[in-house]
Amino acid sequence: MLLIHCPYCDDTLPELEFTYAGEAHIARPADPSALSDAEWRDFLFIRTNARGPHYERWRHVGCGRFFNALRDTVSDRFLMTYKAGEARPDLNNPTLTREAAE
Amino acid sequence: MSRYRIPGKGRVDHGAPVSFTFDAKIYAGLRGDTVASALLANGVHLMGRSFKYHRPRGAVTAGSEEPNALIGTSRGKGRFEPNTRATVQELRAGLVAESQNKWPSLSFDLGAINDRAYMLFSAGFYYKTFMWPKSFWDKVYEPVIRGAAGLGKSPTEPDPDHYASRYLHTDVLIVGAGPAGIAAAMAAAQSGADVTLVDENPEMGGSLLSDPAVQIDGKSAWDWIDAQLGRLRAAGVRLMTRTTAIGYYHQNMVGLCQRLTDHLDSPPKGAPRERLWRVRARQVVLAQGALEKPLVFDGNDRPGVMLAGAAQTYLHKYGVRVGDTPAVVTSHDSAYHAAFDLADNGARVAAIIDTRDEVRPDLLDGARSRGIEVLAGHTVTTTTGRLRVKSVRAAAVRGGTVGGGRTVPCDCLLMCGGWTPSLHLFSHTRGSLVWDGGGQTFLPDRKTEEVEIAGAGRGLWGYDPVLADGAAAGLRALEGLGRVGHPAGFHVTNDRPGTGTSHAELPTDGNPGKARAFVDFQNDVTAKDIRLAVREGMRSIEHVKRYTTNGMATDQGKMSNINGLMIAADALGKAPPQVGLTTFRPPYTPTSFGAFCGYLRGETFQPTRKTPIDPWAEANGAVFEPVAQWLRAWYFPKPGEDMHEAVLRECKATRASLGIFDASTLGKIEVAGPDAVEFMNRLYTNPWTKLQPGRCRYGLLLGEDGFIRDDGVIGRLSPDLFHVTTTTGGAARVLTMMEDYLQTEWPDLDVWLTSTTEQWATVALNGPNALRMLQPLVQGVDWNDFPHMSCADCTVAGLPARLFRLSFTGEIGFEVNVPARHGLTLWTALMEAGRPYDICPYGTETMHVLRAEKGYIIVGQDTDGTVTPADAGLDWAIGKAKADFVGKRSLSRPDIVAKGRKQLVGLLTEDGSLLQEGAQIVLDPDQQTPMKMVGHVTSSYHSTMGHPIAMAVIEGGFDRMGETVFVPMPDGVRKAKITSTVFYDPDNTRLKA
Repeated sequence: MLLIHCPYCDDTLPELEFTYAGEAHIARPADPSALSDAEWRDFLFIRTNARGPHYERWRHVGCGRFFNALRDTVSDRFLMTYKAGEARPDLNNPTLTREAAE
Repeated sequence: MSRYRIPGKGRVDHGAPVSFTFDAKIYAGLRGDTVASALLANGVHLMGRSFKYHRPRGAVTAGSEEPNALIGTSRGKGRFEPNTRATVQELRAGLVAESQNKWPSLSFDLGAINDRAYMLFSAGFYYKTFMWPKSFWDKVYEPVIRGAAGLGKSPTEPDPDHYASRYLHTDVLIVGAGPAGIAAAMAAAQSGADVTLVDENPEMGGSLLSDPAVQIDGKSAWDWIDAQLGRLRAAGVRLMTRTTAIGYYHQNMVGLCQRLTDHLDSPPKGAPRERLWRVRARQVVLAQGALEKPLVFDGNDRPGVMLAGAAQTYLHKYGVRVGDTPAVVTSHDSAYHAAFDLADNGARVAAIIDTRDEVRPDLLDGARSRGIEVLAGHTVTTTTGRLRVKSVRAAAVRGGTVGGGRTVPCDCLLMCGGWTPSLHLFSHTRGSLVWDGGGQTFLPDRKTEEVEIAGAGRGLWGYDPVLADGAAAGLRALEGLGRVGHPAGFHVTNDRPGTGTSHAELPTDGNPGKARAFVDFQNDVTAKDIRLAVREGMRSIEHVKRYTTNGMATDQGKMSNINGLMIAADALGKAPPQVGLTTFRPPYTPTSFGAFCGYLRGETFQPTRKTPIDPWAEANGAVFEPVAQWLRAWYFPKPGEDMHEAVLRECKATRASLGIFDASTLGKIEVAGPDAVEFMNRLYTNPWTKLQPGRCRYGLLLGEDGFIRDDGVIGRLSPDLFHVTTTTGGAARVLTMMEDYLQTEWPDLDVWLTSTTEQWATVALNGPNALRMLQPLVQGVDWNDFPHMSCADCTVAGLPARLFRLSFTGEIGFEVNVPARHGLTLWTALMEAGRPYDICPYGTETMHVLRAEKGYIIVGQDTDGTVTPADAGLDWAIGKAKADFVGKRSLSRPDIVAKGRKQLVGLLTEDGSLLQEGAQIVLDPDQQTPMKMVGHVTSSYHSTMGHPIAMAVIEGGFDRMGETVFVPMPDGVRKAKITSTVFYDPDNTRLKA
């Protein structure tokens, strides 16, 4: 069972307290009616399916908050978690690599 | 005294006889025995029949890796367990054990015909044999295979035992309490760290228990173990025996299964049988040792052929001589010690057959001094003996050629093909392995967790290096904790160092096509099978494994994997690391379902949610049905009534006068705040801006894909407060969806969401007399301005209440919400006030019938996640003027507006019979199979109208009104007419009355 850090509670807690909520940084279009069928299809269904680091959303059932995470889909390791609305972390950021190594 | 027991020897209690039965015969063993050691003490090697060929088999090991000696054990009703390893099951008084895979008896078994027909059962035989003719599959092959398949008999009764679960957090978890594990624990414990040492056996000490002559720090091995365990206990180290580390999961979580009562003569009342531990360790030390490999030669599976190390264990731990005239075949030095120890305890060792040309001089001296003949540079070509090995044929190998052989009579044959480091748990972590060409084995390489591997588990041999390695691993674990320890040294005398070589099959002068040289004893896989698999095109070890089933038995190939790999590599002409190794997966050894279930069974499988009114329903004879996590009152039968009669009576009473229903399980969410109406507009399909406070509206919730997710009546209590109701099962899902949009898409909206499901108790009143009965009880409502679809905060029967006027039955209806603590008071008051109207309590079934008669859908029953508002006939619930809401864009996607979508319609059977929910629908019952199915029945009930009604989704259903469709059911095809879903009062006259 994974241990996951909730950025709102600032606590590292067992996976049982969390649920997965799909890929992160897919914003709902401001005006869906302006989108073509293909664009709307992509928004609905097309996902990255990354092998390796993957930006994704999780929800901490304990506090009810949705947050974002960078998880390696090969090792199943959380590289970091961050609050919803914060910018997508740069994969080339050396701090991140260091955290990943730790 | 049993014939093969050595008086006074071993760790068994010679003063404590224990009697047990095996295949209905009574045997005597000693306290401390396993079933296997007790049988061997009585000279019984034949303990079972093999899986495929039904060959006679005996114990080949003395531990949890045992592939052959699987027995059924029982302790009274419901406590039968198949496939217990006789080498692990401790003897207890009155134990009833039986052998498996035999009929009519173990010594004479008809299934052994398979052994004569072995040519038919080669690798992949399932795929080849049962292909043709096709018609044979159902009638012949499948029943026969089912009858013959499987290890042992499944228990037929529920397990009456209970099982416990615990969490544990520890600084250092050490798996395996052999010399390396004990040394690691000593090192780790010295700094005050919290240390846990676990071992699967009843006693700690590991291989030292089988090597009592070894001396450490001037003490005999056994005295040293006692002293160290005493010191560990004094240092506060948690020592857990009979505790198997079954799996190694992420971030140093290790699952332990602790066996608590299987060894006891009579378990304490109420004691759990096993306990599953979820251990989170900051550091893990794996000191699991190594498993001895068999050698692969013709007849290596006869009873009496066993691993040399096992014979040594039976001798020293249990005081049992496994035979009087053992022969030994080995490619490793360790087997010499087994031979010497047996010789020193009264056995006459027939010969040591060593596959190596060169033997260490001190071992040769040891053999010579005991009068044991050593045949170096020899192979074993075959053995004889039907139910017990009688002789072994040894032949010299010169320059790769097998020369003339000779027969060596023996009553047991001890084999040793070297040792495989036990890396199962390390493999669970996806730690990588590296091939060690010298040791011809895989060793741990790159780690993914905070773990150390110590001792024989990483290929070391001999107590001196193993102890030093264990201590070093313990120190490294301490360093990982940021603590400091002092290195410890051990002085070992009488050590038993050793090396060896590895083989594929042993060379033979016989016909390899006829050799019964077993690699996987439990699945009856021979060397020939593996070579055949390679010849037939299997290149990857994963394919070889699945084609031959090598390593796929309950022992997960603990003994067979490396031998199988060596043979496959040889057949492929590749080096073993290029062929690779299959992945070990949890659990390490077979684990009971009970241990995994723990407390999660029966009434404690999941929490049962209760409404405040449930006690009344229980006291008044309600029958309950599970709905989500609730148990809801289903119907209230009167004496002598069956369900059908009770439901019909409840329906009619409600339609005629007044019914009362506990609707407390309805999901309830308060949406509050200045932007509440904007939030509702964006989320639900309906328009909310113009809904006046004090009024309610049916709300429909879609996913972004346009499919119906939930529905419910929503009341606006004030401009900034909505009382949202959801389906019983959808409450948590809807709140999560609302939270998701509010937190991540529209964080700018000033809205607060609160689940109030369990804050309110909800009682529904329905029927033509509902208004009449309720009116006198209500204060604070202006009845001149409280039409259908109104809501108000008021008091009902003197209780603070939130009153909704709405209907899910087609009759005049109300839902009275009061704070949950008043729920039962309200219900009782309404029952009393309703007496003049013959008020009738009804359950969920009546609720379903009444709503279906009106064509009101239930999301999740009449919809299935692919139904749009248009498909369900709910177009009217969409706010067409709204620019956007969740799912709106999808309603114009090409597939959603396409013709031929399944649409929700009513069905009436021509013969007035009841359809089955879920039944498929066809347009032409005479078409060829497979038929084109155009839809299915979603709801079907007996009704108050004298005939059953049904709803169904049918392709293009709206355009087929009045057409006849066909519903094939088990007892014949039914004709049904497509109708509107509204069967009762289509003009809603009763709502307005």
